[in-house]
Amino acid sequence: MLNATLAELAAALAAKRISSVELTKLFLARAAALNGSLNAFVTIDEERGVAGARAADDLRARGQAGPLTGIPIAHKDIFCTRGMLTTCGSRMLANFVSPYDAHVVERFAAAGTALLGKTNMDEFAMGSSNETSHYGPVRNPWDLQRVPGGSSGGSAAAVAARLTPAATGTDTGGSIRQPAALAGVSGLKPTYGVVSRYGMVAFASSLDQGGPLAKGAEDLALLMNAMAGHDARDSTSIERPVEDYTRSLRLSLAGLRIGLPREYFASGVEPDVLERVRSAVAWFESQGARPVEIGLPNTRLAVPVYYVLALAEASSNLSRFDGVRYGHRAADPRDLLDLYRRTRAEGFGAEVKRRILIGTYVLSHGYYDAYYLQAQKVRRLIAQDFAQAFRECDVIMGPTAPGTAFPIGAKSGDPVQMYLGDVFTVPASLAGLPAISVPCGFDSRGLPVGLQVTGDHFAEARLLGAAHRYQQAHDWHLRVPKETPL
Amino acid sequence: MSLTPDQIDRIASLARIAVGPAEAEDLRTQLNRVLALIDELQSIDTTGVEPMSHALEAVLPGGQRLRPDAVVDADRRADFLAVAPAADAGLYLVPKVIE
Repeated sequence: MLNATLAELAAALAAKRISSVELTKLFLARAAALNGSLNAFVTIDEERGVAGARAADDLRARGQAGPLTGIPIAHKDIFCTRGMLTTCGSRMLANFVSPYDAHVVERFAAAGTALLGKTNMDEFAMGSSNETSHYGPVRNPWDLQRVPGGSSGGSAAAVAARLTPAATGTDTGGSIRQPAALAGVSGLKPTYGVVSRYGMVAFASSLDQGGPLAKGAEDLALLMNAMAGHDARDSTSIERPVEDYTRSLRLSLAGLRIGLPREYFASGVEPDVLERVRSAVAWFESQGARPVEIGLPNTRLAVPVYYVLALAEASSNLSRFDGVRYGHRAADPRDLLDLYRRTRAEGFGAEVKRRILIGTYVLSHGYYDAYYLQAQKVRRLIAQDFAQAFRECDVIMGPTAPGTAFPIGAKSGDPVQMYLGDVFTVPASLAGLPAISVPCGFDSRGLPVGLQVTGDHFAEARLLGAAHRYQQAHDWHLRVPKETPL
Repeated sequence: MSLTPDQIDRIASLARIAVGPAEAEDLRTQLNRVLALIDELQSIDTTGVEPMSHALEAVLPGGQRLRPDAVVDADRRADFLAVAPAADAGLYLVPKVIE
């Protein structure tokens, strides 16, 4: 059961081979046993999990079960949950219990999932290693001395270690795809606007997008069916007909044009990573897909553009944490300014402060045109690169990250080294495109490598189909990490 | 370009974050590294390129929707005040602003 796909779990529940209460207790027990070494969860809520499972079993008894009814799930601690802590990985929200549920949380509750708890993350989703969390780093189940990636590192580690069959994440510049790659699981960042941001603590609003993490692409498709869809409470939520994300799981690969960007198969990528990704592409070719060399010439500018725009937006979004309405408040303030300044100095960690300060600077008088406006213009060049590329190909493939999981502490002293690791994930974020990361093998140290497949806007079903076809022929996504055997 | 200690003070003041003298120098080093990274954008010719403020423009040509300016939510003032660090009589409490 611990290594079963969601479809297999649904079948077992439907056939009454197991109840949701039994299944949920199985995962809760494993999470309780392993979380001490992994630190993947900030909150494990046994009572709420079992209550959700009981409600799911009742639904099933009344003949009202859907495809996810009774399936355990974990939410990234960035999604507001009524009656359960939502810390966002920060001291600022260490005591915050949201008065409402995020849209995504509502959707999964309505689908009958059982909520196990909330997963650890980089503080306010600002990080690529999960080391910036106020609640301590998450450890990679493939090597406990290494990071699981970030910012959705808790979700990725929890799925990898089989503490939950599914989890939610958010992706602003790679925060679903990169930890999925480093932890050896699958993760999808949908097209911007497909998943409502209501109740998702904002980092960079023009980029933030929620999405699922699970073992395989078929699981992701089932999760997308629950979490995607229009929500009037998010003004950027797109109104479109309801999609069945499982509809292309039998996608024919014959004639599929795979764009291979020169810039993604270049120096700076670890040789093992390139080799694994090339061998995955070769498999697609063996199935009749047609590789096409393409250019995304502005790729090297994506990281600087991202770190101007995302930090500018963050400095604005995080101004709400002022010690007045919720969250941390400094003791004995002299006056209102002192209250703001000390609350924010105490409540935010070092990386969040750096990002707010850079964002404040690039938006400040005299620098706005040179940094912010210029970055917005280069953002368009990057989006145009993709528009051009999708005239020549149907999907784009490459490495999700230039390297595999790195040791805890290896990059934490130099923010720029950390940022440069986002080079292959931020471009799709800037253009609002959907992209998936799926495991495609291991490096010489036994660490997972991720293959990223990017599509044009609203091409999620095609990405999921291509990934699923690959996973029907390979079992990388079903391998269990050696530090957390079943 | 490189930030001076005075500029760090100014930015921290704008961002309403207290920065002690002990952390200011390290912060300056880190911020200057990030600025060196983003300074690469200055050399790019963007003549005639329209700024792209949002990915949404590609997928939602009409831009963000506006809803009618009408009250739709229930009154949940008590719930929202319950999570405030200091509240009284339906109001958020802050230090005295006007002497």
